[in-house]
Parts: sequence; C-alpha cells; structure tokens
Amino acid sequence: MTTRLLDIDKVCIRVRAARKNSAHSVLVNSVSCHVNAGEVLAIIGPNGAGKSTLLNAIAGDIEFSGTIVIDGVAEQAKLRARQIAVLPQLSLLSFPYRVSEVVGLARIPHNTGRQRDDEIVQEALDLMDISYLSERLYTELSGGEKQRVQLARVLAQIWQKEDALNGTRLLLLDEPTAALDLGHQKLLMGAIRELAKHGVAVVMVLHDINLAARYADKALALLCSERLAFGSIKDVITQQNIKLLFEIDVHIAQHPEHNSPVVIGL
Amino acid sequence: MHSLGLHTRFSNRTVVIASACALLPLSFFLALAFGTISISISDTFWSLLHSFSGSESASRSDLVSRTDLIIQQIRLPRALLAALVGALLGICGATTQGLFRNPLADPSLIGVTAGASAGAALTIFFAGSLTSLTGLPGLGLVSIGAFFGGSIAVILVYNLATNSHGTSVATMLLAGIAITALAGSLTNVLEFFGDEEMLRRISLWRMGGLDGADYPRVAIAAIFGSIILVTLPRFSTALNALLLGESEARHLGLSVQSIKIKLVLLVAAGVGISVALAGTIAFIGLVIPHMIRLLIGPDHRYLLPISALGGAILLLLSDTVARTIVSPIELPVGLVTAIIGAPFFISLLRHRHEFGMR
Repeated sequence: MTTRLLDIDKVCIRVRAARKNSAHSVLVNSVSCHVNAGEVLAIIGPNGAGKSTLLNAIAGDIEFSGTIVIDGVAEQAKLRARQIAVLPQLSLLSFPYRVSEVVGLARIPHNTGRQRDDEIVQEALDLMDISYLSERLYTELSGGEKQRVQLARVLAQIWQKEDALNGTRLLLLDEPTAALDLGHQKLLMGAIRELAKHGVAVVMVLHDINLAARYADKALALLCSERLAFGSIKDVITQQNIKLLFEIDVHIAQHPEHNSPVVIGL
Repeated sequence: MHSLGLHTRFSNRTVVIASACALLPLSFFLALAFGTISISISDTFWSLLHSFSGSESASRSDLVSRTDLIIQQIRLPRALLAALVGALLGICGATTQGLFRNPLADPSLIGVTAGASAGAALTIFFAGSLTSLTGLPGLGLVSIGAFFGGSIAVILVYNLATNSHGTSVATMLLAGIAITALAGSLTNVLEFFGDEEMLRRISLWRMGGLDGADYPRVAIAAIFGSIILVTLPRFSTALNALLLGESEARHLGLSVQSIKIKLVLLVAAGVGISVALAGTIAFIGLVIPHMIRLLIGPDHRYLLPISALGGAILLLLSDTVARTIVSPIELPVGLVTAIIGAPFFISLLRHRHEFGMR
C-alpha cells in the first residue's frame, strides 16, 4: 500500500490583481491530481496552460483556493525545507559565487555538519557531472552548466532521507531539462528515477513529451488552465490528447525496449 | 586544476583578512600622528600609551602635555569616530547590496542619506533662530534631526514598496530614488531661503566632515555602532541565500519577509547614525563592499566583517588626508573618500580577471 504524498484537490488560482472574473483572470481552474511517494508526475501542456503556476502553488509561493495536502510535511519552515526542494524556471543569481558555494547553499536548512555537507555537495556535483566546474564562477558558466548547478543544489537539499521528517521528500522541478543536451537530459532523468526509488515524490513541468513518457509514472495534461487528463502515461499521452493540447497530428509508437509510448510528429 | 582554484580563493581570503587586520591599527596610528601640528611617531606612541594608562606624570614638560592634549582631546576622538563611521558605512553598504541583489546598490539608494541631510537642514533652518547651533546641544540637535530625517525617509520608501504580498526590490529602488530626489530638493529649497550662515552650515553638513568629533559622539557611535556591527553578521547565511532570489531563500526555510524588515531597519539605523554624526560621506558604502567582493567573493560570512574593516581603514586614511593636504585648511572628508577610492576601484575593475572575478 503506497501512501499518497501529495494530494491536490480542486485547486483554483486567480490573477491577484483581477477585479472582474474575465476568462483570463483564472490561471488554474479546479485542477485535482495526486502523487504517491516514489512516483514521478510530469505536468505537460502548451505554453500558458498554468503548469508553472500550479507548481508554484504546490511550492507555497502563491495563494490558491482548494486544497493542497502534502502528507507528513513539517509546519516549521526550516524542517519543511529539508523535505521540499524547488527548482525554479529562471535563476536570478548574478553574484560571482563558486559553483561549489552555490550547491553548498542547499545545506542551509540542515544541521548535518560541515564535513557531511561538503561530502553531499561533492556527491551532488558528481551526479550532475559538474565536479570539474566546482571552483569556477557561476556567473561565467553557460546556460546548460548553470542549470546543472541549480539542479545539483536542489538535489543536495533533499539528499538524505534521514534528514527529512517522516522521510517525506518532495522534489518540484520547473522545466529541468531546458538548456540541457541529450546526454545530460538522460543523466538527470536517471538521477530523478533513482531518487524516486528511494521514496521521493517528484513533480516536474516538462515540454518534452517523450521524456515524460519514458521517465514519468503519471502525467497531468493542462489545457487553458483546466485539467485535460490525469493518470498513467498510456492514458494521458494519446493521439487525441496531443492533438487537443498542441494542435498537431502525431503518431504514437511503442518504445522498442521500455514499452512506453513514443510520440512521432507527422 | 580545481584544487588550485580552491587554494587561490582560500589564500586570497586569508591574505585579505590578515592585511585588513594589520592595516586598521596602522591607519589608526597614522590618523593620530599626522595633522596640522606635526608630532613625531614616537611622541604619538607615548601619548597614546599615556591616554590608555591614564597616568599623569608631573615631571613631563609643557611640550609633552600639549602633545597629549592634541592626541587625546582632538585626534583620538576623531580617529575613533572615523573608524566607527567607516565601519558602519562599509557593513551597511555590503548588506544593502546583498539585500537588493545588486552589487552596485548603495545605502543612499534606500533614501537614508538624503533623508538625513534633509532632517539636518530642517533642524538648522528652524532651530537655528532659537539657539545658537554651536555647542554640544546644538550639534546634538542637528544629529537628532538627521537621524529622524533618515528614518522617516526609509519608512516612507518601505511603505511605498511593500504590500501584503511582500516587498518588491525593484519598486523599493525606484521609491528610494524618488525619495532621494524629494529630500534633496527640500534641502535645496531650505538653502535657497536660508541666510548666509545657514547656507554655510547646511552645505558643510552635506559635504560631510568629522570635525565635530568629541567623546560624546564617539560614545554614541560606539554604543549603537557596535550593536549594528555585531547584529548584521548574524544575517550572513540569510543574505547568502537571498542572493539566489527571494522564493529560493524561502524554499531554503528562511522567513524572508521578516529578515528583510530587520535588515532594512538595521541599515537605516546604521547609515542614519553615521550621517547624523559625521555628515554625508559618499563612496565608502558603495565601493568598499564591491572591492572586497572582487577580492574574496560574495560570501557574506566574510564579506560583512571585512567590509566593516575596509570602511574603517578607508575613512581613517581619507580623514587624515583631508586634515593635512592643504593644512591648515581642512577639506570635507567626502571629497577625499571619492578621490582616494575611485582610482583604486577603477584599477580593481580593470584587473578583475586577475582576481578570478567578473
């Protein structure tokens, strides 16, 4: 029996300043879904469908109506930070930190000691294949390198299960594969599967449908602020749904090894 | 290769800390030894020793006691005030730059400096006719006016930029610029209507100066200054996380809103006090943290204390130059800080790649 780690029920998010209920004032309209511990959920949909907004609501950054329940999450902000890590779509860091210092910031909420923190930072750097950048300045890196540094930081924040209260760990990623080359996309997805194997629930916004199909357990398809489909990959990634979401005709094939659907543009 | 890089910054940091710790007593001593009346290095040393031991030797000649008088009553309080005000400006500048996530943000951006000047000008304008603003009560009155002016400006800027959803850094910067302009034109209007004596006092205040230094001022600076100098480094980790962005800092478990309020108030108090006690001294809060960051990186655990040391050193040296270069006339120290600091800053900018910084 798996536990429902994240339960989202009829969540609505409105534009803060909106005075009248025009069609555009609702960013997310009554969306429900759930994720179990050890599962990976991919949120897919066209630009402006409300994917990032929903992720921000789960992260606790914006107001919403409806309920978002994260099972076993701590009240206290510091303890909560040991359970939930968030990768934003855009990084604002413009100060010349060393790469290792940026990743080290992830250990702020922890009390694991300097030595263990350094080990975790090194392991996270290795995992994201950036240990050779460790002493470079963050501001000098390319877009893809910066993205891997931020990913290493977010992973280092929830690195150990024993740091998290109740063992509850939730990873929220907004377009984690943006700016990554094919090899590093695969590397990242492998790391995410590995975390899921250790009981981390992962919610990520993805634009690459095939990556979602290959590596996620479930998908949530959003269209015009509303839920189009939610469920297993095979139920969500269908010819009909892709046509509705992106207005393109596709052929759905089967992956030769993994049995997952592969979307081929026509 | 990367172990070399680690070594470079580590040793950089050690060298910078060591040189700052060595330069502070050195520049303090220089500030005591140099002035309109030349006092030899050894006399300065002995006089300083006397002032700390408090011994009154009956056998000393008139010349020695005159030296003691100059060192202990004129130069020592002035050097102490310069060091404290410089340290406050340095650490407040570093904090503001971290808070605004902009390496070029300056405490005057949030309106304290201009507000304090306006407060001082208002006090000189309206209280000048009631009392002669010469003695300690008069100076104290102007100081209080400057402090309140600065505080009001910050509160105004803060309320303009803050709503129920948090403080927008961009709006706060814009509001700071607007308040600075408003306070600046208020001071200008007062200068326009003031008589010649007021005009002279207001403009002297605006150019900055430590010539009012005495032990009561040093005491005020020491008490409030040390509270701020001790409290601000406690926010180092929070400032480090804030550089990532506000929501990122929140996701790292920090209560961002309350931290921002505390930092704004501490900076307002720090800059307000220094403006009140020593007038407007430009450049230190902007450039010292920038220089230190170029040398050792943006980690606030080191940046904040070293910026305080650097600010103290720069203001001590600048004031010494201001007192001696066209002696017996004193230049406003604000002019000198810019003249000393700007070339150094430019050379750091030019050679930033040698320090491994962008």
